[in-house]
Amino acid sequence: MNQAAATPAHAHRDDFGAKLGMWLFLITEMLLFSGLFLAYAYMRARYPAEFHHAGGEMNAVLGVTNTLVLLTSSLSMGLAILAIQRGERSRALLGLAVTILLGLVFLGNKAFEWTAEIHHGNYPGSKHLATLPPGEQVFFGLYYTMTGLHGLHVLVGITMLTVMAVLVARGRINQDRNVMLENGGLYWHLVDVVWIFLLPLFYLAA
Amino acid sequence: MSEPTSQSSQSSQSSQLSHASQGVPAASGHAGPEYRTFIAVWGVLVALTALLVLVSRSGQNAAVWGLLLITPVKAALVFYFFMHLRYEGLLLKTVIGVALVTLIIFFALLFSDIAFR
Amino acid sequence: MTLTAREPLGPSGPSGSGPLGLSGPSYLDDIGPRHGLLAWITSTDHKRVGVLYLYSTLTFFAVGVLLGLLMRLVQLSPFHHLVTAQTYNALFTVHGVLMIFLFVIPGLPPVFGNFMLPLMIGARDVAFPRLNLASWYFFMGGALIVLVALFTGGGPPDTGWTFYVPFSLKTGTNVTLAVFGAFILGFSSMLTGINFITTIHRLRAPGMGWFRMPLFPWALYATSWIQVLATPILAITLVLVMLERLVGIGIFDPAKGGDPILYQHLFWTYSHPAVYIMILPAMGAITEILPTFARRTVFGYKAIAFSSIAIAGVGSLVWAHHMFTSGMSQFAIMLFSLLTMVVAVPSAIKVFNWTATLYKGSIDFQPPLLYALTFIFLFSIGGLTGVMQGALAVNVHVHDTYFIVGHFHYVMFGGTGFAFFSALLYWFPKMFGRMYSRRTAYVAWPFLFVGFNMLYFTMLVLGLQGMPRRYYNHLAVFNTGHVVATVGSWFLAVGLLIFFANLVRARFRGAPAPANPWGGVTLEWATSSPPITENFETIPLVTQGPYVFPEFPDSDEEGA
Repeated sequence: MNQAAATPAHAHRDDFGAKLGMWLFLITEMLLFSGLFLAYAYMRARYPAEFHHAGGEMNAVLGVTNTLVLLTSSLSMGLAILAIQRGERSRALLGLAVTILLGLVFLGNKAFEWTAEIHHGNYPGSKHLATLPPGEQVFFGLYYTMTGLHGLHVLVGITMLTVMAVLVARGRINQDRNVMLENGGLYWHLVDVVWIFLLPLFYLAA
Repeated sequence: MSEPTSQSSQSSQSSQLSHASQGVPAASGHAGPEYRTFIAVWGVLVALTALLVLVSRSGQNAAVWGLLLITPVKAALVFYFFMHLRYEGLLLKTVIGVALVTLIIFFALLFSDIAFR
Repeated sequence: MTLTAREPLGPSGPSGSGPLGLSGPSYLDDIGPRHGLLAWITSTDHKRVGVLYLYSTLTFFAVGVLLGLLMRLVQLSPFHHLVTAQTYNALFTVHGVLMIFLFVIPGLPPVFGNFMLPLMIGARDVAFPRLNLASWYFFMGGALIVLVALFTGGGPPDTGWTFYVPFSLKTGTNVTLAVFGAFILGFSSMLTGINFITTIHRLRAPGMGWFRMPLFPWALYATSWIQVLATPILAITLVLVMLERLVGIGIFDPAKGGDPILYQHLFWTYSHPAVYIMILPAMGAITEILPTFARRTVFGYKAIAFSSIAIAGVGSLVWAHHMFTSGMSQFAIMLFSLLTMVVAVPSAIKVFNWTATLYKGSIDFQPPLLYALTFIFLFSIGGLTGVMQGALAVNVHVHDTYFIVGHFHYVMFGGTGFAFFSALLYWFPKMFGRMYSRRTAYVAWPFLFVGFNMLYFTMLVLGLQGMPRRYYNHLAVFNTGHVVATVGSWFLAVGLLIFFANLVRARFRGAPAPANPWGGVTLEWATSSPPITENFETIPLVTQGPYVFPEFPDSDEEGA
């Protein structure tokens, strides 16, 4: 057997492979949310008037605010990664801290919003909802499912970024080894992209 | 994602150590974005969001068109700049391309049912 | 690939010293700080993970077989009241869930893919070894949840493995927990797909371009893309079922504006591509086995490689052929029927190419070849009945009858199942360093073949005659068919017993197998049987195509 290019047995780092794997995981996330977007498209085509009406009931101000919050958090995330790649550790930590804080603001807004909707009786299984036309009931079912799943992902993202902030602080993620932070950033940006689509679907439908 | 083992150097993208000293955050050997690039992209995203809100207010039809046209542009900006796709090679771009084509096909085939019922 | 006449080909004596002919420890030996079971379930070695999957999937297969046998038995009048109608509903549901989610989907890729992929591309492991072990934990976790669901709450689900709404929303059985188990299982599938795609892109040995890669990795690559793209749709669909049952979001409930057809769309958008997850690795394994026993290269390497990709692609476009009678639009019905006809083409290409591979080859008749030929025969019947079902007029007649049941058992069992058997016979000596009794493997065959066809061909006939599927009772006119099928199931069971008893005995007491008992030329045969933990002493340099045999040295395909 021809073994001219013998390679040592110890493992190399493969940053590109790590990034490829992360993108493939993100694709599964994209497809996961797409199932819900498919359901939304299906239902909206069935009940255009009801979706329009129910969308008008939603708090567009909160929706847009949350959009700006997440867009800004994507900015701070991106800046944090640039910083670590330049070896600017304290800037990276600042960027991460801002991202995490904005993520928490997002979740806070969402909790406030859900509380308000539940207070108005707009939740699955409520008596009020059962009096609404079927299309509006489906709208709210999708609303809670999609923003709920998204919120869960934000929570996971915040947790993950906190862990990474600790690793940055300890120097385990640094100028030479930062693909993990890059991958974390990719996740966070995808969460932002999902919200970019959720905004017009639920808050700007009217 | 944990770092995989690798013993082949058949691709030039296997190590990032060599470029760090030049201050260029090159994942693939190309020039990367600057701080101000990101801030500019953020600005465009905020502007597009404002545009989207305005368009949605002018009618239901406009709202749908706004959703279908403006929103993908916003998403594309995030993918291209924040998620670094602009600076990546053909493989990663193709990987995302495959996912997008798959999604388009799923939507189209689903609509072949509900659009004609 | 880099094996030339220098290596003794064909059955050869053990090399080196030691009971299994090795000069050092193999992956089967515990060399780390842990020993025994703990060493196995914490190992990130792809070979050990593959074996873990092998044992666990075969266990679930055995349980599924028992459930199937019971279902058949109950169709004979003396035994009909062994179970109630409710139990019968649970039987076919759990049989389907076990077989599909715990054996066929996680079967070939995680077992043989895990074990063979790195070896065949000349790598030391997969791209993400720890993620690989995590995939197995997700698999076992999901399986455990499904098993718990059978004995808690309202009892085992009775909806059929397809969990169609509205019944799955209304039934008191433990659907919620069962689908949650399936949801967890999905992670195993997705992570395996991510791992394999990255492995194939990044870890091929020096000199192994895409078109020097063997065709089993090509099949795994196509399969992995389906796993990555389609499984998440199932995940979200199952989450929606759980939410519907728990809080009533209304998306599938007509009273609240929902639509049951939406469920079917979402469910089949995954579950149809899932059948290609089941069959593509099987076809890939067959494509490895045939050249070895024909002693010549595969006919049409590129056609087979690209047809795998084509099946994955077009297979994602045909899902609504499960829904022709559901109430969807006429336009969609026609469109999906057309696309279904198209997807048969790449599969047919493979069948032609396999046949052409054997033509004018130097046939070395061995047990793996026998089972591979059986695969081609049974899969062809299954595939052709699939094309029949894709025609609308036929479909209206046979939908939800035993014809469908016969069809999918021909492709999933006759196809993937027999390919699994063939692959097991082929790669067993490599995996465990021991040889089984070839004669016993031959003895099992007529029981398996006759039993299989008695059971499932009869179902095709019964279905055309009008016997509905998932029915506890049947009309007296179908009695004969049911008796024939049930007796067939007994032959099949005997065959399975003989087949697996042979392998179990060989695992512990088989004669030591040489590194290359079949004279294969792909890289897994270039290392010891069983392989050392590091796979290769040194990573090989690849200089030619994957199927160059010394009998036909000029046929270096190089993807031609």
